[in-house]
Amino acid sequence: MRPPGYHRTPAGRVGAVARWAALVVAAALFLLPFAVLVRDGLGTGWSTAAEVFSGEEIPFARSLLNSTVVAVLQTAGQLLLCSLAGYGLARVPYRHAPLVLRAIVATLMVPTAVTFVPSFVVVSSLGWLSDLRGLVVPGLFSALNVFLFRQYFLDFPVSLEEAGRLDGLSRWGVFRRVVVPNSTGFFAAIAVIDFIGSWNQFLWPLVIAQDSSTWTVQVALSSLLTAQNPKIALLFAAAAVSILPIVLVFALLQRYLVRGVTETGLTG
Amino acid sequence: MSGRRAALAFWLFVGPFAAGLLAFTYVPIGWSAYLSFFDARNTVTPTEFVGLGNYADVLTDRAFLDSIGTFTVFAAFVIPTTVVLALALALLVNQVRVARAFFRSVFFLPFACSYVVASLVWKMSLFSGVDSGVANTALGWFGGQPQAWVGTVDPPLYWVVLVTARLWLQLGFYMILFIAALQRIPAHLYEAAWTDGASPRWQTFRHVTLPGLRGALVAVLTLNLINAYQAFDEFYNILGDSRGYPPFARPPLVYLYYTSLGSGGQDLGRGSAGAVVLALVIALATLLSGRVLRRAG
Repeated sequence: MRPPGYHRTPAGRVGAVARWAALVVAAALFLLPFAVLVRDGLGTGWSTAAEVFSGEEIPFARSLLNSTVVAVLQTAGQLLLCSLAGYGLARVPYRHAPLVLRAIVATLMVPTAVTFVPSFVVVSSLGWLSDLRGLVVPGLFSALNVFLFRQYFLDFPVSLEEAGRLDGLSRWGVFRRVVVPNSTGFFAAIAVIDFIGSWNQFLWPLVIAQDSSTWTVQVALSSLLTAQNPKIALLFAAAAVSILPIVLVFALLQRYLVRGVTETGLTG
Repeated sequence: MSGRRAALAFWLFVGPFAAGLLAFTYVPIGWSAYLSFFDARNTVTPTEFVGLGNYADVLTDRAFLDSIGTFTVFAAFVIPTTVVLALALALLVNQVRVARAFFRSVFFLPFACSYVVASLVWKMSLFSGVDSGVANTALGWFGGQPQAWVGTVDPPLYWVVLVTARLWLQLGFYMILFIAALQRIPAHLYEAAWTDGASPRWQTFRHVTLPGLRGALVAVLTLNLINAYQAFDEFYNILGDSRGYPPFARPPLVYLYYTSLGSGGQDLGRGSAGAVVLALVIALATLLSGRVLRRAG
C-alpha cells in the first residue's frame, strides 16, 4: 500500500513507471515458453498434429484417453472420500475422533513421493501394474484434502444444518442436501487442484504404467522426449495438445484455482 | 446421540477413507520398513534377513550421499530465488492499478503446465544446444558463444536449465500465496505507520509488510523445501535421454528410482532402506526449519 496521493509525487511517478516496465518484461519472459510451444507445435500446421494421433511412434490418442479417465476418476473419488471423512471428523461427536484425526494428519509428515517405492511394492503385489486400478486407487486417499475439508466444515454455519435436522433429515441427508449444495465453491476449488495435479503427475504413472497401452499423456511425452533422435515437430505438437485441457480448465476456473491454491498453501 | 450410534455414524463417514489410507499409506510404510531389513532383490516377499545390512549399504553408497549433495545444491539455488522473486511479483501485482488480473494470470498460468512439458520446451527449444536456440540467440546479442547447456558439465550449466524451469513452473503458485497474505494485512497498520512518519517505501515495507508476511514466508519456505526434496520430473526428462541418465546430478528420488526400479535390477530392500532414511531426513529438516523460522520471527 501507498499513502493517498503518493502516486502523484515525483518519486511515486518514477516508481509506477519502473513497476510497469518490470511487469511487462516479466510477463514477456513468462509467456515466452508458451509462445515457443505454440510456434513449434502448431505452427507446422495441422498435419503434424494429425500425425501425432495417427503415428506409430507412441499410442498418443490412447494416452490422452487414459489421462482423462485417470484424472476424472481421481478427482471425483478424492472429492467423495475426502469430503465424507472431513465432515465426519468435523461434526460427528465420536470419542476417538481426535485420535483418528491425528493418525491422518501424521501421514502429511511423510512426503508422498518418498513412499513411492513402498507403494509400488503394495500395488505390484495386488497385481495392479499396467492396470487402471494401480494408476487411480492409491492416489485417492489425500490426507491433506481431508484436513482441508475438516477445517472448512468446522466453519460451516451450524444453523443451516440444524434447520435440516428439524425438517427430518438424517445426518447423511443433511450432508447431501444441505452441506454439499451450499459448499460448491469449496468443492470446485479442491476439484480444480486435484484435476490439474492428476493430469500432470509423472513419477507414479511412469512406475506403474509399464505397458504402453496404459501410458498417461505425460509418460507418452516423456518417452518421445527421451527417445533416440526425437522428432521435434511431433514432440511439440503432442505437448501443445496435452496442455489444451489444462489451459481450458485454467481459463474457465481460475477463480476456484486461486482459492484452492490459497487454501492448500496457507492452511497445510 | 448414544456413544455407539456416534461411533457407527463416524465410521460410515470416515471409514472408506481410513481403510484406503491404511492400505495405501500405512501398509506400504510398514512393509517397506520390513523389507529394509531383508535381502529383497526382485522380490516383495523376501526370506533372507540381513539386519541393518541395507542401511549400511545405503549410507556408505557414494551415490546416495551424492544425491543428498545434489539436493542441497538444488535447494540452495531454488529456494532463495523463489522466495525473493515470488515476493517481488506479488508486490508488483498487488501495487499495479491497471491490468492487475492480467498480470496475475500470466504469472500463475505456468502452474497449470506439467513438468514434463516444461522440460521438453526447456531442453528442445529454450536451452537447446544449437545456435538458433533461444538462450544461445540471446547470448549472441551480447557477444557470447553458444553453449550446449544440458550437455555442459564444466561449468555445470545444466543447473541453469533445471533451476529456471522450476522457477517458471512454481513462482506463480508462491506469488498467489504472498498476494493472499498481503491482502490480509489490515490497512489501518499502513495508515498508522504513515502517521508516525514512516517512509512510504522501505520503512513501511520493513515494519508493516514484512512482519505481516511472516506466516506466508514460513509456509513458502517449508513447501519449497519439501518440493525441492521430491524433485524428479525435470531431472529425469531434461538430463535423461535414450542412453539413460548421466551418473551425476541425481537427486534423492532419481537415485531411489534407479536403485529400486531401474534396469540395473530391482533391489527393493536397499530402495526401502533409502526411502526410510530420506523420510527421516526430510522430517527432521522440516521440523528444524519450522522451529528456526518461528523463533527468528
